[in-house]
Amino acid sequence: MSEPGPSRRPIPFRGGGFAPSPRRVVPWIVFAVLIGLWQAASSSGLLPPLFLPSPAAIVRALHDLWLDGTLMEHVTASLKRIIPGWIIGTAAGLAIGLAMGMFSSARAAGLPIVSALFPIPKIALLPVLILWLGIGEPSKVATIALGVFFPTVISAYTACDSVPRNLIRMGQSFGLPARDIVVKILLPGAMPGILAGFRISASVALLLVVAAEMIGAQQGIGAFVLTAGNLMQTDQLLAGVVMLSILGLLISWGLGAIERSVLRWR
Amino acid sequence: MPLHIEGVCHSYGPVAALDTIDLDIADGETVALIGPSGCGKSTLLGIIGGLLQPTAGRVSLSGPPPADSLNPFTYVFQDFALLPWRSVAANVALALEHRRLGAAECRERVAAALALTGLTEFAAAYPKQLSGGMRQRVGIARALVVRPAVLLLDEPLSALDAQTRELLMEDMLAIWAREKSTRVYVTHNLEEASRLADRVVVLSRRPGRIREVLRIDVPVSERGRPEHTALLIDVQRRLWALIRDEAATAEREIQNV
Repeated sequence: MSEPGPSRRPIPFRGGGFAPSPRRVVPWIVFAVLIGLWQAASSSGLLPPLFLPSPAAIVRALHDLWLDGTLMEHVTASLKRIIPGWIIGTAAGLAIGLAMGMFSSARAAGLPIVSALFPIPKIALLPVLILWLGIGEPSKVATIALGVFFPTVISAYTACDSVPRNLIRMGQSFGLPARDIVVKILLPGAMPGILAGFRISASVALLLVVAAEMIGAQQGIGAFVLTAGNLMQTDQLLAGVVMLSILGLLISWGLGAIERSVLRWR
Repeated sequence: MPLHIEGVCHSYGPVAALDTIDLDIADGETVALIGPSGCGKSTLLGIIGGLLQPTAGRVSLSGPPPADSLNPFTYVFQDFALLPWRSVAANVALALEHRRLGAAECRERVAAALALTGLTEFAAAYPKQLSGGMRQRVGIARALVVRPAVLLLDEPLSALDAQTRELLMEDMLAIWAREKSTRVYVTHNLEEASRLADRVVVLSRRPGRIREVLRIDVPVSERGRPEHTALLIDVQRRLWALIRDEAATAEREIQNV
């Protein structure tokens, strides 16, 4: 050990940064600043209300629509299409997708068809479905079901496929019957992928319900937004958009809660 | 149970992995299979336990398996193969649930296996909360809970760091002193082979053939004594001489995955 002196130089620290750390207030501040700027621009007359109404005007519109029941009427109409459509599409998609994940012959039969039909924007099929099922609810529900079906097939199939082979071999090595391997190993192993697929299919359902309602419906958020646009009621239009965003957030929050409870082991 | 491997061959498509393996394993004996990578030692283990169908030859037990064994051929896997959504106790119970056992007997057996592997206080923990060594203890407990006649260990310590490996090796020796099964232990680690096995079978690579069978005369339980250290080192040196050249070739080969 030599005496400390000018010849000893400390090694400069150069390792900081890049590691993500929580900043809980920042998102709220950004949110508040953006809305504040928007409100200021509207109040000062910089933004014409017809072009973009102020946040306060949108909140007022939402409030009025809530009070006179219009909002709930349209939201309910949309939910009555989304929920059955999503359930039908998901049930069928899970059945086919899981079969494709488990059986080689189902995979060989299903994969080309699913791959060919998956890229079709399902809203393009709405006119056909209206021809088949009429202009009423069934054609809209069917559009949503079809739109939900294909991504669900793909996510269920890939989720099954991603279960480590070695876990299945382990089950076989302990003499588990095939049914137990499916129920105790394959399905729980595929659950994260299946639930991730639900997020995608829920957003597809929301997208399709709006599109279908814009094409042919008197009620529903899509129809409401379209009518408000035609009447140049921009505040009502944006109130509808905000409602869609709230609906999307609620769905995503609900799925998150399901994921947290089903996938607690992660 | 005495185990007989007769004329076992295996090929993956055009690639021959094993060529005419003949080997008799005595009741209660521990045989280590070692060899360079690509010698088919894991393939052979898969065939012994009925997870792989040999292209030719057969594996048989002398006589019926013991009545109290629920799963005569039982594996311990290199990557533990635990279900991450099941607790330690539930992972062990997985091996019993489909057998016709009462709930009480099930619980009793699981508790006994957990006690034997020192896992009692971890019964409710999930695999991701455990270290690699503890995870493999769960794998061992799950194998023991079915009272195997033949325990098939596929590189059980290879995924562990050196210190954990040493500790788990000591634990396995203590468990094996109490639990009587025939064991086939696949490893590429020469020290594990020399410490744990009664006989070491050296395989050559591609196609795997039995190159040499080395019997270690000192009982496994006495190998920890200092006077046997030289012997174990000598065994390891001889094993290394048998596989070194082929291991070097294996390492320089381009992998066809």
